[in-house]
Amino acid sequence: MARILTYEEKDTWIHRLSGVTKLVFFLLWTMTSMLSYDTRVLAVMMAGSLVIFRMSKTEWRQVGTVFKFILFFLVINLIAIFLFAPYEGVGIYGSRSDLFHLFGNYWVTKEQLFYELNVMMKYVTIVPAVFMFVVTTNPSEFAASLNRIGISYNIGYAVAIALRYIPDVQDDFSKIRNAQEARGIEMTGKASFFSRIKNTAAIIFPLIFTSMDRIDVVSNAMELRGFGKHKKRTWYSGKKLERADYVTLAVTALLSALFLFITFKDGSRFYNPFAG
Amino acid sequence: MAPIIEFKDYTFKYRAQKEPTLRDINLTIYPGEKVLIVGPSGSGKSTIAHCINGLAPFSYAGESSGTLRVKGEDPAKLGIFGMSKIAGTVLQDTNGQFIGLTVAEDIAFALENDRTPQDEMFDRVGQVAEVVEVASLLDHAPWELSGGQKQRVSMAGVMVDDVEILLFDEPLANLDPATGKRAIDLIDKISQNKKTTVIIIEHRLEDVLYRDVDRIVVVGDGRIVADEKPDALLAGDVLKEQGIREPLYVTALKHAGCKLTAESLPQHIETMRLEPYREQMARWFREVSYEKAPKAQECVLSVKDLYFSYVEGNPVLQHIHFELQKGEMVSIVGKNGAGKSTLAGIICGFLKPARGSILLNGQDISGMSIRERGEKIGLVMQSPGQMISKPMIYEEVALGLTVRGVPEAEVKERVHRVLKICGLYPFRNWPVSALSYGQKKRVTIASILVMNPEILILDEPTAGQDYRHYTEIMEFLKEINEKYGITILMITHDMHLMLEYTDRAIVVSDGHLLADDTPAKVLTDEVIADKAYLKKTSLYDLAVKCAIGSPSEFVERFIHFERETGEGRGSHGTDTDL
Repeated sequence: MARILTYEEKDTWIHRLSGVTKLVFFLLWTMTSMLSYDTRVLAVMMAGSLVIFRMSKTEWRQVGTVFKFILFFLVINLIAIFLFAPYEGVGIYGSRSDLFHLFGNYWVTKEQLFYELNVMMKYVTIVPAVFMFVVTTNPSEFAASLNRIGISYNIGYAVAIALRYIPDVQDDFSKIRNAQEARGIEMTGKASFFSRIKNTAAIIFPLIFTSMDRIDVVSNAMELRGFGKHKKRTWYSGKKLERADYVTLAVTALLSALFLFITFKDGSRFYNPFAG
Repeated sequence: MAPIIEFKDYTFKYRAQKEPTLRDINLTIYPGEKVLIVGPSGSGKSTIAHCINGLAPFSYAGESSGTLRVKGEDPAKLGIFGMSKIAGTVLQDTNGQFIGLTVAEDIAFALENDRTPQDEMFDRVGQVAEVVEVASLLDHAPWELSGGQKQRVSMAGVMVDDVEILLFDEPLANLDPATGKRAIDLIDKISQNKKTTVIIIEHRLEDVLYRDVDRIVVVGDGRIVADEKPDALLAGDVLKEQGIREPLYVTALKHAGCKLTAESLPQHIETMRLEPYREQMARWFREVSYEKAPKAQECVLSVKDLYFSYVEGNPVLQHIHFELQKGEMVSIVGKNGAGKSTLAGIICGFLKPARGSILLNGQDISGMSIRERGEKIGLVMQSPGQMISKPMIYEEVALGLTVRGVPEAEVKERVHRVLKICGLYPFRNWPVSALSYGQKKRVTIASILVMNPEILILDEPTAGQDYRHYTEIMEFLKEINEKYGITILMITHDMHLMLEYTDRAIVVSDGHLLADDTPAKVLTDEVIADKAYLKKTSLYDLAVKCAIGSPSEFVERFIHFERETGEGRGSHGTDTDL
């Protein structure tokens, strides 16, 4: 079965970094690109994201499906921004250079296009960083990392255990769907939208019950082996921070500070090419 | 020597139950002993384990009276965590209890929770992985492992704590026969080398007895019915009375009227003293000969030269070909992961074969959709929970008809008819949740039968069921097969099922068709049994040791005798409790 967006072991410097480092990088990088509307900063960050993505040797099949989904969402988002706030850019940049008339009250302006370009660049910065983080971080090491940055290990482990059982649940799902389809419950395009929603129940309920049974077994198994006994626990797959980690962390922190400084230096987080 | 486990006048009642599940239990187990606990479902045998490891009363609330001491401690005071240092439990569901994302992490889980430093964990995980022979698999994810490997990982996961008691809750339930044998062998080695006290809860008695146990405790209806050495117990009648299946060779000897004694050492067929019984067995073999009536041949399903692979160049099934005659009951057997379920998936249309064809009554069905095939070939999943999606029994059974737009009056008539066939008519207005496991299984079978399929495919119809429920489910299937002429194909790794209920066995091994013959022949053929991870039946050894010329004929006569006399079915038959 094809597994999308899952960790795959490869030998790159990014894979070798500790999960903590990657988590901190991911958080800072995302936060910075979310805050900044400075096109110059975004351009640099976008390039950085793409280079790192490339270096992580991530293959298309690992992320393709999700990427297409996000792309679809991005397009919807850009259209929606235009429909609901066609003059957002005009308001932000304080000028209006009409390009052409669309319909009714809708004019396409340079400012709006530029604004939406910035939104798009944010996506293109963040998405590769997310992919990189997800496919290069061993989930159990990720749990260990969360714990190390001060988050309760219960939460970290909840994430790890969800990842552990996703393939099993996927398996149950396809088994149940097949069996129900054989009973005559149509799940393909042939059925009407409404009956498809209704038919989904025929898969969801058995899936929930099967999953509940699983949860029962797992929680007993975990308890029998002492999970939750102490306030702290150690991690078999935790990685110690190495030199490369400290360097990466320092560089990330410096760059973020620098980018934010550039962004906010002139009092507005927007870079305005239309001024003056 | 002080006992390591001691129950004294111990009674336990779950909060959710009216009556106590265990009553006046007196049981003493000494360090280093290897004890097998048997009993039918609901007898309380699992509750004994829950009381030892603390799951009762901590996970399953309840009250107890009397005393229980495990290594001098009271589990009800020590709690689950405290007990986990003394007694390690290996649960039945080997996949479900695999917590870690890799083998190594799963083994280390208890150590992590105990705040063991990482370097020490590496050492201890490595050592215990050697003991259970999974050292080469440390980086593997659970879905890369077979059932047997997962079980060994589970064992390692509790042994890493240096526990003094190992508790196995139905260790054989999900394993093919050969893998089960290997598991029993490993448990035996561990108990001998480490002097660990071992308690095995299991109803597959014959399979556990592949290696010596010190004692067998029989639990029935919440009480201890017997606590004896295996040889003495097998000579007596307690097992049969409690509805527990005796080893087949013991049953055969008893059928022949042999009076077994503990001195004849019936624990293992290999070492049993059979001299006193030889003559009697030979006489019985002659007495029970019968005329074989040829069955009418009318091919209903024909599978021709089937190939399948998920990834190109890595075939899962190759050159599979067989036929099903109308009204046959046939089993598909082979080790876990041999391709049995894949084959069923192809027949039902879930998967597309790379090559080959399937004919239903002479018609190629490759163009038929899953749904169209579902009307002719019904599939019943292993667990009822995987199928039931409606709250009420009537609605659940009617589902396949209502979605096909069958008029309501006809739906009602057909559902009522099939509910009567399945003995569920009195419950037709009940919610599904009020039914027992066996009844739910019947509901799922009914929900398929209502579509009048010609062929019924069942995936592991009796997995995890004790002898009584097994008999009930199988007798029901036999009835619908005989009365209504429905052809039944079963995927199973239960050798007894295949031997007792099916006319033919299709053996799949590593994607190839290894044999297509009577179960008696398959299970007396050492080469096939070995390759397909089956287990040669002990009846074969019995026949050989009693100098009976044709072991497979002996097996066939034994099965015929049991079918004719209804022997071994117990007194339960298909009663309403299912």
